[in-house]
Amino acid sequence: MKHLRSISELGSEGLHRILQLTENMAEINSRPVPKVPALRGKTVVSLFFEDSTRTRLSFETAAKRLSAETMTFSVSTSSVNKGESLRDTIETITDMGVHAFVVRHKSVGVPWQIAQWTNASIVNAGDGAHQHPTQALVDCYTVREALGTKDLSGIHLTIVGDIKHSRVARSNIQAFSMLGAKITLVAPPTLLPVNVDHWPVTVSNDLDSVLDKTDVLYMLRLQSERMAQGLVPSLHEYSTRFGLDDERVAKLPSRSVVMHPGPMNRGVEMLIDPSEIPNSLIHRQVTNGVSVRMAVLFDLLSAEELS
Amino acid sequence: MTIALRGGLVVGIQGVERVDVLIDNEVVVKVGANLSGDVNIDADGCHIFPGFVDLHAHLREPGREDCETIATASRAGAKGGYTALIAMPNTDPAHDSVTVIEFVREQARRAGLLDVFPSGCITMGRRGEALAPLGDLCAAGVRLFTDDGSGVQDPVLMGRAMQYAKSLGVTMAQHCEVSALTQGAVMNECACSSDMGVPGWPSIAEELMVQRDIELSRSTGASVHFLHLSTARSVELVREAKAQGLHVSAEVTPHHLSLTEELLTTFDPVYKVNPPLRSMNDIRALKAGLLDGTIDAVATDHAPHARRDKELPLDQAPPGMIGLETALGVVLSSVDLDPNQIAAVMSRNPARIAQITQTHGRNIVPGDAANLCVVDLEAMWQVNPSTLASKSKNTPFVGRQLRGMVRNTMFRGELTVRDGVAQK
Repeated sequence: MKHLRSISELGSEGLHRILQLTENMAEINSRPVPKVPALRGKTVVSLFFEDSTRTRLSFETAAKRLSAETMTFSVSTSSVNKGESLRDTIETITDMGVHAFVVRHKSVGVPWQIAQWTNASIVNAGDGAHQHPTQALVDCYTVREALGTKDLSGIHLTIVGDIKHSRVARSNIQAFSMLGAKITLVAPPTLLPVNVDHWPVTVSNDLDSVLDKTDVLYMLRLQSERMAQGLVPSLHEYSTRFGLDDERVAKLPSRSVVMHPGPMNRGVEMLIDPSEIPNSLIHRQVTNGVSVRMAVLFDLLSAEELS
Repeated sequence: MTIALRGGLVVGIQGVERVDVLIDNEVVVKVGANLSGDVNIDADGCHIFPGFVDLHAHLREPGREDCETIATASRAGAKGGYTALIAMPNTDPAHDSVTVIEFVREQARRAGLLDVFPSGCITMGRRGEALAPLGDLCAAGVRLFTDDGSGVQDPVLMGRAMQYAKSLGVTMAQHCEVSALTQGAVMNECACSSDMGVPGWPSIAEELMVQRDIELSRSTGASVHFLHLSTARSVELVREAKAQGLHVSAEVTPHHLSLTEELLTTFDPVYKVNPPLRSMNDIRALKAGLLDGTIDAVATDHAPHARRDKELPLDQAPPGMIGLETALGVVLSSVDLDPNQIAAVMSRNPARIAQITQTHGRNIVPGDAANLCVVDLEAMWQVNPSTLASKSKNTPFVGRQLRGMVRNTMFRGELTVRDGVAQK
């Protein structure tokens, strides 16, 4: 695999391979000294044009645990602020001898454009509302771990919130479909993409009606910007109809799990404190983030077997 | 010096006739058998058309001479068989004063490769707030007015512009886009845009303005021309309006006849254009509209952009693609047009809409200005950016095999293109 830019590019075979490899990485992470020399001599650049806490830190941690060198590019202190173009930035960093770019950008498609200007591997850490493939890998891995099965065929995944603007939703819909899950999207019509009927999902505008059939409840962040754009009448109405509170948690079947990619908007989509949700996987998602990103970097940058 | 075009098939309104054409100085002096001149051009197997007229070209001068100049666009136009271009007004400064109009004409005269007829702005600075001096611009010779790149959003202002148009005998050409519906759009709103998570230009953003301006034309009696139609429903609306006898006309670009929205899934900004590439269903309707006369003209929307601008991310890159040199080839490779239809959509109809039929879009007859092109309709050629005359190379047709090659172009009796090569 040269790049990881979307789940469809990864494909079903690649998806299974990375999930398998993640188990090995999780084992490394359980050791007293969670570090292996697998990627010694490799350089990974994290190129974040957009803010991030989890993704960036987990990629950097992952690279370090595999003994890769890391470089951190910070837009606010770089020549981008002097007007340097994306192409010049990429070519300049490439000239220093790097093996992978982990890139996040607000514009859709940037990981594909960058790939024309460098020989390095590209990992998409989020491009606009398009794709966030490592988050989907984390989520698939976390669900398999929580349900204690590698077979997700037939499980009911319900994704709630701003599907239209969510790269997490797009990647997860592709990934969980490949694993055979049945997916329901719950959102007001204005936060669903046009032509959602082309997607392998069913759509509901009524969260309460789908809870009792839900195995995995996936809450998405609602940016307050959506209210300013007039896509929802008010945050209050949105939380009432689509927010997760204790009553809704109580309606879930007992073995159901709850997920959120973070950062959470407490008081908007999360009306209940996550610590009060019995089967919350939110912390497991963060922990597994490191193992998954180790697996991805290893798959991209190592030609050798993991010893 | 006399020039004879020998053995070509001259395309006229009454049909196609195999005759020689003799040109002396700037005019056609004789049409008939066995003519020869000081220079003889072998046009055997080729069709001779009145010089093509492009209703829609962005020349970028003044303001963005790094992307294109009036001279480089003229050369590109000549290579595409054009002898007249209507220059779009979105330069810097815009075409909202007689001074800018005269500057554009003067630069075109200096280049001397074809006639450039500047369009005028409808509103000052194309800002959609206050009318441009339509009467002054008309007195300076402007016949087509547009804020191209932006539609005039305010119906009150557009209604007033139409009243002026009616009284001045000029045409308002609208870029139909309700901008509130297209904020941040990078491509057609469709299944692909949903997969990609990008805002789309919905078809309705175009159709609502087409419909509004049809009604404004009905109420004012003014002529309105619809720039670069791109949706099936727009074609239907124009067809209905024409059937009702309203003074409406329309154009379509070569790229909207040939390319679809799926190309944007490559994330290559070369495919970003406004209006956006649409669906196969839209293409079918546009072709039908061109064939049945609902759409009067092919217009390039030639939009040169510097490489550095087209290398920006998809949402930041400017929309537009160049088209002057590939227009005929793309059209003939996409739509089955006979020579008479080619003459109509590439020359006669656009000349009528631009009100330049004194010198362009005419039958090739003695006494007329020799503005014409010699085209091999069957020849295939491949688009190679390094041989394009345009200063910018943002064409989506790189590497494509196109049918129909312009061998020679003659502007006022002078060969601007000979055997496919620009002469100056």
